[in-house]
Amino acid sequence: MNEIYIARSTAVASRVLDGEIVIMSAVDSTLFSLSEVATVIWQAADGRTPLSEIVRSRICAEFDVAPDAAYRDAEAFIDDLARHGILRVSSAPISRDEPQVAAMAASIPVRTA
Amino acid sequence: MAVLSSISALAGHVAPEIAGGVTVEIGGIPIFLRSGNADFCEMIERRYAGFVNPAASPEYEFDIDLNPPAEPSDEDARVWKRDDVWFFERGDFHAEWDSRTRRGCVRQAPNPYAIDTVLRIVHSLVLAEEGGFLLHAASAIRSGQAFVFTGVSGAGKTTISRLAPSNAAVLTDEISYIRRCSRGYRAYGTPFAGELARVGENLSAPLGALYFLEKGPANRIVPVSNRAVVPALLRNILFFSHDEQLVKRVFDSAFEFVSRVAAARLIFTPDERVWRLIG
Repeated sequence: MNEIYIARSTAVASRVLDGEIVIMSAVDSTLFSLSEVATVIWQAADGRTPLSEIVRSRICAEFDVAPDAAYRDAEAFIDDLARHGILRVSSAPISRDEPQVAAMAASIPVRTA
Repeated sequence: MAVLSSISALAGHVAPEIAGGVTVEIGGIPIFLRSGNADFCEMIERRYAGFVNPAASPEYEFDIDLNPPAEPSDEDARVWKRDDVWFFERGDFHAEWDSRTRRGCVRQAPNPYAIDTVLRIVHSLVLAEEGGFLLHAASAIRSGQAFVFTGVSGAGKTTISRLAPSNAAVLTDEISYIRRCSRGYRAYGTPFAGELARVGENLSAPLGALYFLEKGPANRIVPVSNRAVVPALLRNILFFSHDEQLVKRVFDSAFEFVSRVAAARLIFTPDERVWRLIG
């Protein structure tokens, strides 16, 4: 399996609200309200830890979910956020200094991930 | 670019009374609209009646250059920033505004919709700098406090405004003007009219509460968590630009607002008794 690395974009505004994270894309003002699981993935998105490791050590360890299902859900989640420029996704570790390419997407009101 | 050159040419050009124009003061922020076209100035004075203040010292100035007539445009305005200059553009206008010198120029069709959009954009940018915002919401003053009623299209902003009793002053049925002040927030009247096509009253008051409107079988106020308020508020704030710094600032302002202002759902049936719950 090819590894996937994810890093939080700097082109976002985010805050923790009642234990969950609210994120707004500065690219298209799309608003995301993350679930508990999605919040864990977001917080672990340091660009260095492979997604498979995040799923194994964080998601499966903290939530009652099978690894395969958790990985599939995580992939769908990061695809969605990447489309809005909120997460950067790469097949190699992502450096903090790496230039960010803003994803352009149509604005949609509020998303819950 | 020619328009940029004209911004430079404006530097040092003060004393608006030496040229034709109108000072429109919304939210306590006077903006001078300079035009030598008497018909256009008269149209501005009519449209913003109640918000024209010739005695005010303008904080911002725009030179208006009228193009031949063009149809009002339905498209969204594009707003972007390069260095300190903001650019606003739509089919019926092109505007440039230097936020540092506070001067700008507008090349527009001689219709009121173009300048109305320019003013909304400028005010949204000015408010964002100080922690406020324009909100899709009706608002009114009652018993010395302002109450803001927001919601999606059809939620009842026009209805709640129409039902306002005689002792309530309607600030707007469409776009609420929220300014940060030392002790919280103030809501101001705006001339940005909605379905009522009625200019709001040029008044302001400390903000008492924010209500999320829903139509229902009975009138009641229902508590709502901050977790629900923040996304709902952000969804109704007017964002004209996706400028990264601006978006982050408004996002932070929304959280600050929610931490300071009481918010609830206002479920109402469309009759005037709903106002018994307000103020």
